[in-house]
Amino acid sequence: MSDTRSRFEVVVVGAGPAGLAAAAAAAECGRRTLVLDATPWLGGQIWRGREAKGGPGSAKRWLARLQAAGAAVARQTTVVASPGPGVLLAESPEGPREIEWEKLILTIGARELFLPFPGWTLPGVVGIGGLQVLVKGGWPLAGKRIVIAGSGPLLFAAAAEYRAAGADVVLIAEQADLARLVRFGLSLPRLAPGKILQAAQYQAALLGVPYRTGCWAVSAQGADRLEGVTLRSARRTWTERCDVLATGFGFLPNLELPRLLGCRTENGAAVVDDRQESSQAGIFIAGEPTGIGGEGRALVEGLIAGFAAAGRPERAGRLWRKRRRALAFSRAMDRAFALRDEVRDLASPETPICRCEDVPRRDLEKYGGWRAAKLHTRCGMGPCQGRICGGAVEKLFGWDAASNRPPVFPVSIGTLREPDPRPSGASD
Amino acid sequence: MSGWDVAVVGAGIVGAACASECARAGLSVIVFDRGPVGGGATAAAMGHVVVMDDSEAQFALTSFSRRLWRDLAPELPADVHFEACGTLWPAADEEEMAEARRKAEFLRGRGLRAEILDEDGIREAEPNLRPGLRGGLLVPDDSVLYPPSAALFLLGRAPRNKIVLRTGADVRALDPDGGVVLGDGSRISAGLTVNAAGCWSPDLTAGLPVRKRKGHLVVTHRYPGHIRHQIVELGYLKSAHSVSSDSVAFNVQPRSNGQMLIGSSRQYGAERPDVEFGILRRMLERAALYLPSLERLTALRSWAGFRPATPDKLPFIGPSADNQKIWLATGHEGLGITTSLATGRLLADMILNRPEEIPSAPYSPARSLPEDKAHD
Repeated sequence: MSDTRSRFEVVVVGAGPAGLAAAAAAAECGRRTLVLDATPWLGGQIWRGREAKGGPGSAKRWLARLQAAGAAVARQTTVVASPGPGVLLAESPEGPREIEWEKLILTIGARELFLPFPGWTLPGVVGIGGLQVLVKGGWPLAGKRIVIAGSGPLLFAAAAEYRAAGADVVLIAEQADLARLVRFGLSLPRLAPGKILQAAQYQAALLGVPYRTGCWAVSAQGADRLEGVTLRSARRTWTERCDVLATGFGFLPNLELPRLLGCRTENGAAVVDDRQESSQAGIFIAGEPTGIGGEGRALVEGLIAGFAAAGRPERAGRLWRKRRRALAFSRAMDRAFALRDEVRDLASPETPICRCEDVPRRDLEKYGGWRAAKLHTRCGMGPCQGRICGGAVEKLFGWDAASNRPPVFPVSIGTLREPDPRPSGASD
Repeated sequence: MSGWDVAVVGAGIVGAACASECARAGLSVIVFDRGPVGGGATAAAMGHVVVMDDSEAQFALTSFSRRLWRDLAPELPADVHFEACGTLWPAADEEEMAEARRKAEFLRGRGLRAEILDEDGIREAEPNLRPGLRGGLLVPDDSVLYPPSAALFLLGRAPRNKIVLRTGADVRALDPDGGVVLGDGSRISAGLTVNAAGCWSPDLTAGLPVRKRKGHLVVTHRYPGHIRHQIVELGYLKSAHSVSSDSVAFNVQPRSNGQMLIGSSRQYGAERPDVEFGILRRMLERAALYLPSLERLTALRSWAGFRPATPDKLPFIGPSADNQKIWLATGHEGLGITTSLATGRLLADMILNRPEEIPSAPYSPARSLPEDKAHD
């Protein structure tokens, strides 16, 4: 029992940039701090692989700072439920763990937003971020013709990585219009001077790859697997032959755990105050769950949450200006990459919206809302528990597909069940 | 008079069955629900169609209704996932074995199939049950289904234009002269009104002794063939009868897609709809005691819901005690899926003065009730 239950002054869930910053800040203030993550590495999705390889950049700096601060680390540890006030239940390689917290910081990141279109379930159509992960894991891309279609700055980063892995990136299709992107580009020197260098680096790495704005994939074709993608812009519709279509329309905050803990959300993001504290006292939220903002915003929000949770509001307060800049930058990004109506509504009546339960759009749109549709079609009831189709139906029908039922992730029944079994028959 | 013959409040499986029977008999019906079809206890339920024998009246209603479900089975669309998988009642010891034999005799004596299994028999029937069980009772004609789709099917089964469905409609009050008053103050008149609002029925019929009894369920990943029958512990009777304390019982169901539903729990006095971890754990612990392999299987989701319970474990079916224009079809507790069809049939028989297929008196809202011991 003793090794399955532990207690910390500050517990940080999620070891991406926000989580590392929060844990470092809290531990630097002398708080007994634990940071845990479902992955075997530290750094979250964005810094995947950096811990092992090291290399330049902020990942290395933050990992070093965390280590110096002396926070405890738990890898491959997935929070699945909250068995009672101030306690989390997690699944780990050593079995179930109960972790008690005095202050809790949720830095649980975001997931990719997929918008269904005819053919999106063909083999060969992949998520942009998902393909990055596969490439880092050694998935062969050499000589493959790839079209990247979607939205957001991730398109560049992904294209550079695919190309470095030997792929032939045929086209990057950005759904946002050039005019919006130019306005955003012009605001960069003011909002985020560092991003200009990054953009220049991507440009060099992507020399010769066409980047089309105001352009999106309307359908994917192929018999058994992907053979080509049909794209559309204001002026024309055409088909590109390709082996892989990488798609993604930005990110959606992960809100299952905040909702399970009773934290208020609004417009698809967690509500926090100046100190990153949620509507539940003692629970702080930083990074993507408060609104998609990328690495810079995650780091500063993480620090503020860490200092505030450690009872050092004055140190948190010194970072407010920096956070204001980060928020302005993420708002400008939202405007620049706002989804056009056409891409929300590409699915045909036959297009599957829920991949787990194989529910086409036709079966969903008879219903007036998510709950009725879910009850009668079983949409969102499969293994992903609506993580993919939930975002799609929000954009497609304007339905709120929020869920707050444990477990947060599928988990073995042995983990959910009482760690110290009572003698048989004790229940009645 | 203008308006509808019948207004049904509640589009759960009971309201749907009542509306369907009335409409099929030629009455015009309007159905209200503040949520979607089958969104209350129907959505939270397991969907077990089972003959129960706590009392002769319970047996009469469940066995009649099970027959109606079996008659309807060929018409049920695929999304109702109807499976005649039977119920297996494992017996842990000699005492439970005696109970299994008693139950078997009871059922056979009334012309229903029931089979006693010995140690080898139960092992063969359900190899994943824990070793050392004494035997069990197999009731082969019980079945399982997916309740929300069944409710929707029942509403759709009525002749065209005979049922109008108004979901998302908040009924504020029942009109004593027939019909309802909606949340916006508008009135819909009807010859008579059926309160089939389940746990919310006392909000519309003051003083109705229907109480919420909370339950939890867990659903797993797909493990086709892991279990083959709905399996319910005989101790379920003890726990289902306990009217005062929280209780759990082993009750698992194979779904046609290979998933398993794991139950069950019963609580009075719990008002919040959230999943409660303490009771969830006790429930899973109880389940793992019978089905040890569950430990390694993956849970996808858990949920909680409320059953509408009455003091004598029997539903209210018929005209309310003080107003012949307000009828009741509520209080089915954990047997609403099973007994929905019989409820609808019986209610329509009474409304239309047709001969009753089973006596309706035991379910009369005017019957005398035991004192509600469950009051905390």
